[in-house]
Amino acid sequence: MARAVSTRRKTIATAAAWGIGLLVFFPILWTILTSFKTEAQAIADPPIFLGFDWTLENYRVVQERSDYMRFLWNSVILAGGSTILGVIIAVPAAWSMAFVPSKRTKDILLWMLSTKMLPAVGVLYPIYLICIRFGLLDSRAALVAILMLINLPIIVWMLYTYFREIPGEILEAARMDGAGLKEEILYVLTPMAVPGIASTLLLNFILAWNEAFWTLNLTAANAAPLTAFIASYSSPEGLFYAKLSAASTMAIAPILILGWFSQKQLVRGLTFGAVK
Amino acid sequence: MSLKRVLGATTALTLCSAAAAFAQDTTITIATVNNGDMIRMQGYTDQFTEETGIGVEWVTLEENVLRQRVTTDITTKGGQFDIMTIGMYETPIWGANGWLVPLDDLSEEYDVDDILPAMRDGLSHDGTLYAAPFYGESSMIMYRTDLMEEAGMEMPDAPTWEFIREAAAAMDDDANDINGICLRGKAGWGEGGAFITAMSNSFGARWFDEDWTPQFDQPEWKETLSFFTDMMNESGPAGYATNGFNENLSLFQQGKCGMWIDATVAASFVTNPEDSTVADHVGFALAPNKEGVEKRGNWLWAWALGIPAGTQKADEAKQFIEWATSKDYIELVAENEGWANVPPGARTSLYETPEYQEVPFAEMTLNSIEAADPTNPTVDPVPYVGVQFVAIPEFAGIGTQVSQEFSAVYAGQQSVDEALEKAQAITQEEMEAAGY
Repeated sequence: MARAVSTRRKTIATAAAWGIGLLVFFPILWTILTSFKTEAQAIADPPIFLGFDWTLENYRVVQERSDYMRFLWNSVILAGGSTILGVIIAVPAAWSMAFVPSKRTKDILLWMLSTKMLPAVGVLYPIYLICIRFGLLDSRAALVAILMLINLPIIVWMLYTYFREIPGEILEAARMDGAGLKEEILYVLTPMAVPGIASTLLLNFILAWNEAFWTLNLTAANAAPLTAFIASYSSPEGLFYAKLSAASTMAIAPILILGWFSQKQLVRGLTFGAVK
Repeated sequence: MSLKRVLGATTALTLCSAAAAFAQDTTITIATVNNGDMIRMQGYTDQFTEETGIGVEWVTLEENVLRQRVTTDITTKGGQFDIMTIGMYETPIWGANGWLVPLDDLSEEYDVDDILPAMRDGLSHDGTLYAAPFYGESSMIMYRTDLMEEAGMEMPDAPTWEFIREAAAAMDDDANDINGICLRGKAGWGEGGAFITAMSNSFGARWFDEDWTPQFDQPEWKETLSFFTDMMNESGPAGYATNGFNENLSLFQQGKCGMWIDATVAASFVTNPEDSTVADHVGFALAPNKEGVEKRGNWLWAWALGIPAGTQKADEAKQFIEWATSKDYIELVAENEGWANVPPGARTSLYETPEYQEVPFAEMTLNSIEAADPTNPTVDPVPYVGVQFVAIPEFAGIGTQVSQEFSAVYAGQQSVDEALEKAQAITQEEMEAAGY
């Protein structure tokens, strides 16, 4: 009897999960479908779901008009660079907070998070002026640093949470065996926290990839990533929804594929330490 | 000897790299929006590069992002762009602040006097031109000739609002999913705000009196807003409070609107059989007025090219502007893509070209542009310039807040009186804070 209930529950839970999953995925699916329509079909009312003549015309136009590879390369460098740099800085920070906390550790953690509460536009002018001063406008270096800084609180928090799950005794044992600080972090702590670090890397890569305030405001022709590529297809006077969808699909495809292949790692990392 | 060689080689290398740097310097960066005419221009830039040896980098952005981006850059003298695509709102303000390079030494060949006077005035400050119009627009009525005929009515060339309301009610057909009239209700000073401000002129309303006192407590504003809301509730599409240019364009192209009053550039879209299902049944008329009021509800706008004062490449930028807004460019597009696709509303000579006169919307576009007067937009005198906006730096913020209040009326969230009261308070407060 108990078994029957559990099966029914399982079925309901599975159906609900699929339902929510499809609901969340639907806008992306719709964007992908629209990218294969003509402009007229894209705005047709009632909307056409699948029964249209599939065309690659929008992709051809987008390829012809924009240098997709340049935008893609910039996105990879900005997201990759800022994430790696962030993790390098955050691992020692999270280590000290998790294993040698001081009286103020909790406050510092909260304070770090509070920097995320300031609307980005509030510091646009100071940052813009700094970039002008150092000749860093439209440069990848400035954006790598800025994206790293805005994601750093999240990276530190995530790593701190994972590190807290690791028993301090293991590190103590390593120290007893003569491991120095470097060895302790590199050879004992890091390997144990790999799932956590991997999911932190992935999540921050995705956040940096999608960041669309600084990447639009501090770039022009050279350092513009895929967010600028999408923005260039939005039109105030004209209906270019199909082309905009094609550009969006091309911009999200790499990150979608990455997410698809690493979903196991991502879920494992995100739920790491959640269940005791 | 060897030292001499080293020195010689170093000098040669330095010269080479200087030359290389110089060669790179002849690339200009242009910030622009993704409108059809702009995209077309990007396609022809190779010809400009071939003719002049100057390379062109395009940075295309969404309109609001572009505004924010170029404003940040110009106020901080960031020097990211050598040419910016700006409108009639920014140009006189930025020109007055010394942020734009004056275009007072354009070549004779360019024929600056050929620019339509309304456009030239709107893009000048104290008589100096600060941006050259790439294309200009006003607003006009686009209507379905077949539905008008079915309704047993005939559109005059210059109708009144009363006629429009009557015609909208007659054409409205819920069974066939046809709305009598589609108008902008979306919040934003450049969206619904632009429409209602232009419309208010034709009811004799104004934003400010000559002492900069807001005028939303005057009966003309109440009449404008009530008329708009009543007409749209009777014959407009559902959810019109969130419809802007693109939403209405989409509705009209699918045959779901009897009338649409909006930018004249839309005429080429709705008459293009590739995109529009009603291309053969579109007629044009001047924007309406209230009976007895001389001013009409049409606006004036230009997408223009200006040079930020911080640029190091002003000469090259000027060369590009002369090329892109020249008579030759218009001919180049006409030759390759037909006269209906040339950038409209910028030059007088275009409207004198016999081939262009045959384009169905050419005459009405010119008449509409000529009917708008930015220095004298409404019945009573005003201290500002601008038809559908007020050319002061504070307006973008105020205009957006006020139009949000109006959109809340369209959505049925508050009454006309409440919205006007709030609009008056918001404007008063902002203007006082700004020191008017």
